[in-house]
Amino acid sequence: MTENFDELAAAWPRILDGIWITLGLTGGGAALAMIVAVTLGLMARQPNVLVRGTARTIIEFFRGTSLVVQIMWLFYVLPLLGVDLDAMVVGILALGLNYGAYSAEVVRGSINSVQSGQWEASTALSMSSFHRMRRIIFPQAWALMIPSLTNLLIHLLKGSAIVSFIAIQDLTFHVDQLRLDTSTWFAYGLVGLGIYFIIAYILTLVMNTLEVRAKHRLGRGESLREMLSLKPPRTTAGTGEPA
Amino acid sequence: MPSATDNTPAIRFENVEKRFGDNVVLKDLNFSVAKGDRVTLIGPSGSGKTTILRLVMTLEELSDGYIFVDGDPLTYEKRDGKRVALKEKHRNEIRKRIGMVFQQFNLFPNMTVIENIIEAPVHVLGMSKADAKEKARGLLKQVGLADKADQHPLELSGGQQQRVAIARALAMDPDILLLDEVTSALDPEIVGEVLGVLRKIAETTDITMLIVTHEMQFAKDVSNRVLMFDGGRIVEEDTPEVIFSNPKHERTKKFLHAIV
Repeated sequence: MTENFDELAAAWPRILDGIWITLGLTGGGAALAMIVAVTLGLMARQPNVLVRGTARTIIEFFRGTSLVVQIMWLFYVLPLLGVDLDAMVVGILALGLNYGAYSAEVVRGSINSVQSGQWEASTALSMSSFHRMRRIIFPQAWALMIPSLTNLLIHLLKGSAIVSFIAIQDLTFHVDQLRLDTSTWFAYGLVGLGIYFIIAYILTLVMNTLEVRAKHRLGRGESLREMLSLKPPRTTAGTGEPA
Repeated sequence: MPSATDNTPAIRFENVEKRFGDNVVLKDLNFSVAKGDRVTLIGPSGSGKTTILRLVMTLEELSDGYIFVDGDPLTYEKRDGKRVALKEKHRNEIRKRIGMVFQQFNLFPNMTVIENIIEAPVHVLGMSKADAKEKARGLLKQVGLADKADQHPLELSGGQQQRVAIARALAMDPDILLLDEVTSALDPEIVGEVLGVLRKIAETTDITMLIVTHEMQFAKDVSNRVLMFDGGRIVEEDTPEVIFSNPKHERTKKFLHAIV
């Protein structure tokens, strides 16, 4: 048992490198996914058939084909066409496009869920459609889309392990290396499981913070400071009196 | 040249038709509202009153006919005998002359009260933030909410929210104000505070008003003309004195009898 932990200590600098690679893929992928999601999500709502059709085609293509195939395609097929990309860029590109396509549906759905009265009031105030989206609709849709985006972000983190197919030495790669020196259950069952869980949990906390802030801005729910103060929530009087 | 004796109506409907699918809501509707007029539309629900306001605010697309605002076509115009849709840019220019207050207030929850009011004056009309704020404070005072400027809309009561919505519409200096059942979502005891504010605006400004309401006393007090609608047509129109105390049409009598 102790030799397992000695091996872990020896391997830790490399595992740390792997964690940074995984975080880089997750962060880069998520940033790209967000850009893709907002662009495609807005395009998919346009009345113009060409614009909407383009968005729908891209969304359906990236949702409908496997992430592994996409990543292999970008890494092995694109060079044949003369485009040679760094493995890390390929990883971020594939994750960003794939999860961006999923998130586009979340963005579109949340925008459509903003009350029609909000659209009408901004039209009545003669706002341009861009102004209306940026200042009125999107800030409200944002609060609605965060829970679903959190799910997809966690998926993206775990999905990033797929880059081992193109020889990127991410967290999973180094956990697998550790397995060779220790055992499967120690490497995957303890170290891999634990580290992914901790990262996922931190991401969830960050996203929850964003959600609390977004909701508070809409006048719903308490502010972040109130929430972190650990004071008991304000309740109506007359409850909990000891008999 | 516009002049003091300018007779161009503030709003004119010409052969307006509005269908939702197969359902014809308005049929061959013609009427005009003179500048400074306060016109109340009454009639049973489904008679097309609210649709008229929504057409003027361009929230609904005309199925046929034309609407003119101060002589300018709003959404469609006749060109070489053909009916042509006008571009969004044109529509938005005309729209700036029109304000609307909604049944459900529709304040922006992501902004404070004063931000709600200055948003369009600053970003649509290009007013400076300082000027817009000063104006907004004046309007808030006028609607009795001077102390609520920095609160969030959802912290206010329904009546207060609606008064903010009125201030927000007035901040755009509209020539025409559309009031769409503005007290229908309010508790009976706070209807008065909203109507009070509107009465004051009616007395102190010359804004043209087109009003849909179930508050007959308010209609009587504020409007100088009442149009009775049924089945998408005007069945009777007259001064409120005549309509409310001596209606000629059977349908009007029945309607007023039913709601009083």
